[in-house]
Amino acid sequence: MQDKNQNKDFHHALKVDNDLCFGCTHCMTACPTQAIRVKNGKATIIANRCVDCGQCYIACPVSAIDVEQDDLEMIFKFPVRVILIPSVLIGQFPRKILTSDIYDALKEIGFTHIFEVETSIDMVLDSYKQFMDEHKERPMISTFCPAIVRLIQVKYPSLVGNLLRVNPPINMSAVYFMEKLKASGIRENEIGLFYATPCAAKIAAIKSPVGEIKSPVTGVINMNFLYNRILKYLQNKRTDTGVHHTDDLTSKGILWSLTRGEVVHVSGRTLAIDGMKNVNEFLENIENEKFDTFDFLELRACDESCAGGILISGNRFLTVERLQKRALRYKDQETTQELKTKNDFQNIKINQFLDNIEPRPMGRLDENTAIALKKMERKHRLMCFLPGLDCGGCGAPDCETLSEDIVQGNALISQCVFMQQQMISQNLLSPDQARQINEDIWGGDRLGKDCNKIELEDENN
Amino acid sequence: MQFRHKIAGGDFAKAGNVASSVKKVLQQLNIDHVISKRTVIALYEGEVNVVAHAYSGIIEIEIDEEKIKIIITDKGPGIADIDQAMVEGFSTATPQVREMGFGAGMGLSNMKKNSDFMKISSIVEEGTVVELINYLKPDARQESK
Ligand SMILES: Nc1ncnc2c1ncn2[C@@H]1O[C@H](COP(=O)(O)OP(=O)(O)O)[C@@H](O)[C@H]1O
Ligand code: SF4
Ligand SMILES: [Mg+2]
Repeated sequence: MQDKNQNKDFHHALKVDNDLCFGCTHCMTACPTQAIRVKNGKATIIANRCVDCGQCYIACPVSAIDVEQDDLEMIFKFPVRVILIPSVLIGQFPRKILTSDIYDALKEIGFTHIFEVETSIDMVLDSYKQFMDEHKERPMISTFCPAIVRLIQVKYPSLVGNLLRVNPPINMSAVYFMEKLKASGIRENEIGLFYATPCAAKIAAIKSPVGEIKSPVTGVINMNFLYNRILKYLQNKRTDTGVHHTDDLTSKGILWSLTRGEVVHVSGRTLAIDGMKNVNEFLENIENEKFDTFDFLELRACDESCAGGILISGNRFLTVERLQKRALRYKDQETTQELKTKNDFQNIKINQFLDNIEPRPMGRLDENTAIALKKMERKHRLMCFLPGLDCGGCGAPDCETLSEDIVQGNALISQCVFMQQQMISQNLLSPDQARQINEDIWGGDRLGKDCNKIELEDENN
Repeated sequence: MQFRHKIAGGDFAKAGNVASSVKKVLQQLNIDHVISKRTVIALYEGEVNVVAHAYSGIIEIEIDEEKIKIIITDKGPGIADIDQAMVEGFSTATPQVREMGFGAGMGLSNMKKNSDFMKISSIVEEGTVVELINYLKPDARQESK
């Protein structure tokens, strides 16, 4: 069962731009799941291991990691064009920029309706409570951050049963607004629901949902793209465009996607951890029973949670500060107007819960334990030969990963630059063969550059 | 497949490192996660006991197609009354050790619960040997799916 999943192609929102990538290994070293290798002078991403956390995007010195996005033109296929915005979108802008101006800008870009993603938070919280009452596993781990869900699937598969399988706010809100618009007489095929995303993980989650059949969201628009478009609009500001918007928030909703946004509403012993490195360190070290004494864990891939999403243009610390101030202004609003006046959430059928989430363990040497044992022995022998420098010269992030690649038939021991020297001196490898191996990893033109010429070019610039 | 790890008494910061590395190995070997979890919990407690109660120790792990066998050998004070040590809640841990979150007296009983076979032999003022075995039974593996 697990294997069916492992072979299935998972959608990833992160892609390497081969024109820009020069195979420098920064992303390879940064990747928390060892999903990157350098081949032919370019980084390549192994789909089964990638969790779309965006660490490679942050590490790349030449912006060669692309985040895919839907073409903005596609929104115009729909007469009713809804943009669902998370609170961090507004939080990025300096306080002197009015929220209403941002709404006007979104309208100018082409949207007809603007709704806040966090409108459904109360329903999400009710679902948390219900799920935790019905499921006794502890701790429950939030599924809000899709990069964390995928990390657990591939790297900590034994914790998959601890995932709190509640449909995230974006899905609940999307269904809700869809139903509301339909109730006002608009046909479903006339409505396009677009999500302004702060990260690649959310894109991947929408394009290939985990534990849900199909996302109700029509498409995604990257937040850095919107940020630039909004700023441009504000520079030559026009008059009020009269867009439909809700601006119907509570302080819970505003703070939800920030660190501690969830834990403050969950009773029992809870913990909030942000940052991929911190989350990994915590999960690595919890495989003992003390872990059971936590009731709920809020784990987020980004530093400062979604304020630090890779598609957020504003400074993450200032974004947090602004949202905290904004939340204070809404502190008396107990629940959203939508919920209070219409009680619509109760009348609309929304999937509160996600289906089973399957583990898809990475790094498994073989299905069959007997064969896996043989491979494990070989791997350990190889690791003993390798220098243990984790230099990346072989095109793999570290010596252990190279050993695994070798036993799986995906790499050669002669890829190790140190082993190469040994093999040449023992006449097991010719210098020409070694050069060929290096070219296969680092590309043919890497060392063949005419440095005198390059210097001249630099001077001319 | 055999692994061998040395551990130092008193080094609480590193307690659990062997258990973590074994967890990774079991995952790579596609060992059923229930068996894996039991093994790691038992090993963790054994590792902590060496750190908390002994001076130094060696953990040997042997994995074959049938079973995971763990032998924890330490130099230390030894256990005078093993039956008493096995009682849930019994602990000779110092208040300082307890302060650090260890020493609830549940370690040995947890090891017993999470292993298919456990044997302790000890010589007072010399040291302790704990042997643990978990079988990779196919029926147990079936159940957990
Ligand atoms: N390796 C060991 N060497 C010496 N004494 C030990 C060892 N392991 C356990 N003991 C003794 O057995 C007692 C109970 O152990 P355990 O159930 O793990 O509880 P705890 O470690 O919390 O005290 C310990 O307090 C200690 O007196
Ligand atoms: S913390 Fe937020 S922005 Fe970062 S990956 Fe998770 S959901 Fe996306
Ligand atoms: Mg103990």
